[in-house]
Formats: sequence, structure tokens, C-alpha cells
Amino acid sequence: MKKGSVFQRMAAAPHIVWMIMFIVAPMLFVLYFAFTETTDSGKVIFTFSNVASLSQYTNVFILSIAFALIATVVCLLIGYPLAYFMSRTTPKMQKILMVLIMLPMWCNLLIRTYALMALLDNGGLLNSFLESLGLDKLYIVGSDAGVILGMVYDFLPYMVLPIFTTMSKLDKKYIEAAHDLGCSSWQTMTKVIMPLTVSGVISGVTMVFVPSISTFYISQKLGAGKIDLIGDTIERLFKNPSTYNVGAAISLVMMVLILISVWVMNKFSDDEGGIIV
Amino acid sequence: MKKLLIKIISASLCVIMLLSLSLSLASCEEEEGKVKTLYVYNWGEYMSDGSEGSLDSNAAFEEWYYKTYGERVKVTYSTFSSNEDMYAKLSAGAVSYDVIVPSDYMIERLIKEDMLAPLDYANIPNIKNIVPEFYGPDAEFDYYDEGNVYSVPYFYGMIGIIYNTDMVDEADTGSWDLMWNEKYSGNILQFNNSRDAFGTAQYFLGLDVNSADEAEWRQALEKLRDQKEILQGYVMDEIFNKMQGNSAAISAYYAGDFLTMYEENDALEFYYPEEGTNLYVDAMCIPKTSQNKLIAERYIDFMLSEEPAVANAEYTYYASPNRLVRENEEYKAYMAEIKEDAYDKIYTTENIKATPYKNLSDKTLAMVNNLWEELKSDIDVSPTIYIICISIVGSLVFFGVFFGIRKKKRNSY
Amino acid sequence: MKKFLQSGYIFLVFALLYAPIAVLIIFSFNEAGSLAEFSGFSFVWYEELFNDEEALTALKNSLMLAIMSSLIATVIGTFAALGLRYMRSKFLKATVTSITNIPMMNPDIVTGVSMMLLFVAVMTIINANDFMGFGTMLIAHTTFNLPYVLLSVMPRFNQLDKSLSEAAQDLGCTPARAFFKVELPEIVPGIVSGMMLGFTMSLDDFVISHFVSSPNFQTLPLYVYNQTVHNVKFSMYALCAIIVATILAVLLIVNFAGSIGVYKTQRKAMGGARK
Repeated sequence: MKKGSVFQRMAAAPHIVWMIMFIVAPMLFVLYFAFTETTDSGKVIFTFSNVASLSQYTNVFILSIAFALIATVVCLLIGYPLAYFMSRTTPKMQKILMVLIMLPMWCNLLIRTYALMALLDNGGLLNSFLESLGLDKLYIVGSDAGVILGMVYDFLPYMVLPIFTTMSKLDKKYIEAAHDLGCSSWQTMTKVIMPLTVSGVISGVTMVFVPSISTFYISQKLGAGKIDLIGDTIERLFKNPSTYNVGAAISLVMMVLILISVWVMNKFSDDEGGIIV
Repeated sequence: MKKLLIKIISASLCVIMLLSLSLSLASCEEEEGKVKTLYVYNWGEYMSDGSEGSLDSNAAFEEWYYKTYGERVKVTYSTFSSNEDMYAKLSAGAVSYDVIVPSDYMIERLIKEDMLAPLDYANIPNIKNIVPEFYGPDAEFDYYDEGNVYSVPYFYGMIGIIYNTDMVDEADTGSWDLMWNEKYSGNILQFNNSRDAFGTAQYFLGLDVNSADEAEWRQALEKLRDQKEILQGYVMDEIFNKMQGNSAAISAYYAGDFLTMYEENDALEFYYPEEGTNLYVDAMCIPKTSQNKLIAERYIDFMLSEEPAVANAEYTYYASPNRLVRENEEYKAYMAEIKEDAYDKIYTTENIKATPYKNLSDKTLAMVNNLWEELKSDIDVSPTIYIICISIVGSLVFFGVFFGIRKKKRNSY
Repeated sequence: MKKFLQSGYIFLVFALLYAPIAVLIIFSFNEAGSLAEFSGFSFVWYEELFNDEEALTALKNSLMLAIMSSLIATVIGTFAALGLRYMRSKFLKATVTSITNIPMMNPDIVTGVSMMLLFVAVMTIINANDFMGFGTMLIAHTTFNLPYVLLSVMPRFNQLDKSLSEAAQDLGCTPARAFFKVELPEIVPGIVSGMMLGFTMSLDDFVISHFVSSPNFQTLPLYVYNQTVHNVKFSMYALCAIIVATILAVLLIVNFAGSIGVYKTQRKAMGGARK
């Protein structure tokens, strides 16, 4: 094989330079800010105090992880059957449903979240409707349920789409074979379809979990500024130059947290993949 | 077929890109060549914007400036929702603003930190329109900037409590107590900025809002913590939509804004709490970093002339320190039309215990900042959430072990 | 019965998914400008929107930024894919790919604040004001577009036989000429889809822009955000309705055009078979 020419070898150079300047350097700055502080005299010193001060935010972390986890599971519970049923409709119908599931995905998150809030607010349409039926009002905005609902509503399409894609690629012969070999529908589902769609589930879970754990707009609107998640805390701390350091420390912890969970999930999928065969 | 489609798409994309590129470059050149840009940073909903037939103050300034000085100026207007946000943006230095409109205590801080430029009143002749209480040797309301070296008052007002008469019992009103009334749990809104939020608790408890004593601030923090459980949330300008749409029943906010909301929802009512409340003056200043100080001063001057001043006062409903506004009959009639006692509610300061916020020392500021952080991050994770999460994790572990064992068994065959 | 339950479930989920958006669109035609009651059908908020200079500027900014960032990312990304293909060190190749993917894996908010820290640091070093704005936005958007371009170009490259380029070189082409004449035409579909992806990602982005923008350069998502934290003008509902309608139209066209293509090729294939 020929060695690459100068042109071919240098082709990636601009990209590498760009990468170092705008991906690696910013990450290093997060590290730098997380482990330094500016003293009153204006000197920058190395410190662990930013990371140590995060104990104040323990509950914020727990709540964010819990919300993201619940939202992901709810999305999976709603989305998996939906993707399954969708894959069993006619090809033409599938195409239409595909467009319908993609439309909210392409539609800006702010718009969807605001629309949901306008609908659910204490004086919103839902509550006017309930009132006209003589029922009690539902105070959803400003509650835990509201924030989780917002996450589920916003990220459900991200769960459905990858699962649906893997399902529609699934060779129907496997299912037929399972039936021929005497599997009940339930057995076909758990022993054939589910293991074969694990990869779709994993990417769906990642696509719901990561934005859920780092959101701030959803909690701002549906939590009415009362329920602070990690995202809100980071956003607030980065509004004020004097709290950049603590903000960087939180960002760092969140980044590590997410890398670990993505790694675990990939590990999980490898194991599952082992079971299938 | 597909190839052709792709070719067409890529060709049209290229054409669009080139076109827009050249267009944007052309427009950039044009702007840089002739038109100067004035960056104005103001509170949200704080200047007449031309909606519903009102005067667009910024556009009017651009036109007036061109007519008077023969030069084109473009006003880039942006808004903030709290003094603290404004300070952060300004001190981060991302943009060099030309005119900013902070409140009294923030102006004091900016002066102390040497971030404002002294004004040249030769360029602001309309300062004569400001009433003597606010400008001049006998001024009472220049406590934040003695002699108005750096600032020209824009509007002033007081904080009061807005409530929805359909939802709130009249007997419960009158005091700050209403914001702590458990009867209205889930329907109360609190300020989403540290100074005003702590202020509500401090006035309620009869504490000094400018105290340097940490124990007193902690006392207020405890009060706010108690309140957090019954709040719907911490919001700023979202209050407008919430109160107008009956989505909340009680909120403390600035007096003028009450009238804006009342215009949309006449079930709302307003009072100044008997324990005392905050009086604020928002004033126009020019940051040191401004690159168009002369135009900025002319901008301030223009805002003091009758037409824009009246338009802004009619848009914001805040109390104006401008003589021409106060004496304008049309304005008075306009206010009376909105609400009978609107003018008095906004302008009468007698019989109301109102004190201004003062700038706090750096140490106290840092402390207040930490306390606010403590309040915001004070979150209870409800048992239900724990139970749900534990069951999710439990079932995950169960399935993991289950499949793991099965896999091992299978492998051992 | 089973079929009925399945369609019922699909219908229910989609109804819930679309209810808020539908309400938003319907009430954008509400003359009263309130969510409480529908007083009459009118286009008054659309008129207001088209007179709102702020919104129009935001639209212009958004388009300009999306086009330029996707264009730059496509150029850099395509050459990067070429370079990676001929890179000899496996380790370097793996490092570059995984670092490029960081903005895709990381939560947006972390990417946003890290960029902001970089820009703030540079700003203090060169002691500049007025630093944030179009430039910083362009850098940020190009950076998060890069992995998407690479993601769509790389597989195309991998399908391509390396001997093609070598043959061209043996026939007297310089490596650069071989790339432009032989390889580039083959990977155009990947480039186009990468560019499109970048374009839409850039149009849609709010979180990263939120941290690196300044008030004098506002994109559409930032405009919507600023609306929703203040007293919302009802023309924003009209804006949202237009955005949703545009996306729907684009999705339908893409789908429709695709199916025409499929239909035609099918017919051609059938015609060929008949002959």
C-alpha cells in the first residue's frame, strides 16, 4: 500500500487544530476553573474547596439523577410498546407515523416546553376544563410531577425513534420462526423481539437520560424556578463571574457522572448482546 | 434520479449560501461604514415598544437623532430581569453597553467599583424637566448618587403585593403575612432575585434590609425556607403571564407592573404592606466602557423630553420623576381610565413606610449570595421519589442478576 | 380487537404529544391574545410578528449562522475524514475521532459553559470588550456541527476503495487532484447529509448559544427564550406556529420527494424487466 501523500496527511490538520482549540482547550478551562480560586488579592491559587463545597448540592444531584431516571423509565414504558405497535402497521402508515414522531423532535425544545406549560399552568386550559367539569384543579406546574412530565413529553420521541428503527429493520422471519417453533406471543416478545432491539433501547435511553439530567429550561418553566436541578444550578452560577469556579466544579462532576453512566450502559448492552446469541 | 436530486440540492444550497454570505457581508459593511450602534440595556417591559399603537421610543430616538444631527444611529436594545443579572453581564465585559438602567443600590455599587462615567449635563439640557425632589440641590431621592453625577432618574416606585380577588379572601390582605399564608399554598410567587426576595422576609420580620449582621440575614433565610414549601415558584417577569392568566393568586412585584397586569385581568388588586416596603429609583447611567458617550447622553436627554417620557410612563405605568409627565393632562386621563386610583397608587408615598435598599459591603454581598444559593439548593427529595427510584434500580439489578445467571448457566452447557 | 387496541394506543400517545402544540397553533389565531378564551379568528398576531424587527433580525441571524457554521464544518470535516482515512497511527486516529465526538456525548450545557470559559479567558487576556457575538457563536456552532459531518462522511469514505485514488495517481493525478476528481464525487451524498444535519442542529440550538451569545446577536431560539422569561407577546405564538408548519412542510417534502424517487425507480426497474 502506498503511503499517504502530504496532501492526504495534512488534510486532517485544520480539524485537529480546531479540535484542540475549541474542544480540548475549553475542557481544560473547566478543569482549571474547577480546581482554582481567586483570592481577595487577585491571586489564583490551586484549591479543592470548589469541589468540597459541592456537598451543599447533594440533594440537587440526587433529585436530578432521580428525575432523569424516572423520566427515562417512563419514556421506555410508553415508547417501547408504541414503537412496537408502530412497526406492525402498514408501510405507508409507518411512513406517516415516522414524520409525526420526527416533527416534535425537530421542533425547538423551548417551544414544546412552553406550550406544555401554557396548557398545564394553574390557570391553563387543562385546569379550566377540569373546573368546568366541577373537578379539583391540578397544581402540576411547580411540582416534581410537572418537571418529570415535561421531561417525558419533550424526550419521548428520542426514545421511540431509535427503537422503532431497530424494530422495522428486524427480520420478520425471526418472529415467524419463533411462532413456528411454538412460542406464544409473549414468549416471542421477551425471547426474540426484546433481545434483538436492545441496541435501539440503549441508544434511546442515552438520548433521553443525558438531556434530562442536564436540562434547565424544563425545570425553570414546569418547576417554576422552585425545583433546581443540576442544569439550573450551573446556569445560575455561570451568570455571575464570582461563582464560575463552583459552577465549573459542578459541570466537571456532571460530565464524569454522564460518562460513567454512558459507559455502564454500553457495558450493559454488550452483556445483553451476549445473551442473544 | 437520486444523484440528480442530490446535485440539485447541493447546487441550490451553494447558491443560497453564497447569496446570503454576500448579503450579510454587504449589510455589515453598510452598517459599519455609516451607522453607529448604541447599546441600551434596560429592564424587561420597561420602555414603550410601539405595540398597540404606542410610540416606539427607540425608533423615535433614531429618527430624532437623524433629523437633529444628520447622523444615523441604530439602537440595539436588550433587556435584563434583575439588577444582579445586569451586573454579571456588565462585569463579564461581554458587551460594552452605552446606556444602562439599574436600580439605586446597584448604581451605588457600580459607582463604588468605578464602572460608571460621569455625565456631561451640557448634553442633557432636558434635565430641567426632572422635579426638584429627584434632581437639584434639594433633591431627596439622590441618596444613591449624591448630586446625580452619574445617573439621571428614569422611573421610581415601590414594591407591593398583587393578589387575585377571586381567589384571595379580602380579610387576609394588608400585610406581608399574605405571602406566608398556607391557605394559598401553590398559588404564591416569590421574586427570583436575592435582594428583593430577602427584602420581603426582612420587611415582614421588621429587620433592617441593609443590615451587615449575618444573624439577621439568616433569620430572613429561615423565613424564606418556611415559605418555599407553599410557593408555586420563584419567578421574575413570568409573573405577568401567571397573574394575568389566573395561574397564581399572590405575588410581590413592582407597583407599575400591577397596572400592566390589571389592564388584562381586572380581578387583580394591589396594596402596600403595612410593615413597610421598598422604594426604588431606576436611573439611566453610562458605563465607563461606552464607546459612544455623546450619543448615549443625547439618548438620555431624548428620553427626558415630553413625548417619549409620556409614552414610556403610559407603557410602564411606573411613577415618573419628570415634571412634563406629571403635569400632562392626557397622561392623567389615561391613568384614570386604566384604574380610578391608579395615579394616586403610583405617586403617593405618604403614609407608606418605604425605605430604599443600600449597597452592601463586599463581604455582606458575598454572604447574601451564599445564603441565596443555600435557599435555592435547599431541596427536599420526597419519599415517593426515593421509593420509585429504589424500585427502578432494584428491578434493574434483579434483571441483571437474573440474565447474568441464565447466561452463565447457558455458557456452562 | 387487538388491532383496535394497538391503533388506539398509537392514537392516544400521538394525541397527547400533539395537544400542547395544537393549542399553541390554534390560539395563535386568537384575536383576543389570551389563552383563556377564543374570541375570534384573526391574523393580527401574524401581522404583528412581521412588523417585529427583533424577530425578523433573529430569523436572519439564525439562518446566516446555520448556513455559515454548517458550511465551515463541512469543509473542515470532509478534509478531516480524508486525513483520518490515510492516517497511519491507529492511536492518533482513535484519539481524534473520540475527541471529535465529545460535543456530541457531553450534555449541551457543559459544552456551552466550557466554551464560555474559553472565550472569557481569551477576552481578559487580550483585554477586549464586545467579544461575544457572531464570532463566538460561529465557533461554537461549527464545533458542535463537526462530529455530525464526520459521522455522515466517514462511512461513505469507508465504502470507497482506496485503490481508486491510487489508480488515479498512477495515471498521473496529484493526490489533491485525485481526491477532488475521484473521491469527492463519490462522497457527495454524505457531505450533503452532513451539511443538512449541521444546518438543522445549528438552527435548533439554544443551550450552547445561551452561554456564548451576547444581546446584540440574537438567534431565533434565543428570541423565543427571551420572550418566555418576560411578558410573552402573543406574536410569539404566531412565530411558533410558523416554525412548526415549516418543519412539517420540510419533513413532508423530504418524504414525498423520496417516495417519488422510489416510485420512479420502481417503475423503471419494472419497465426494464418487461423489456
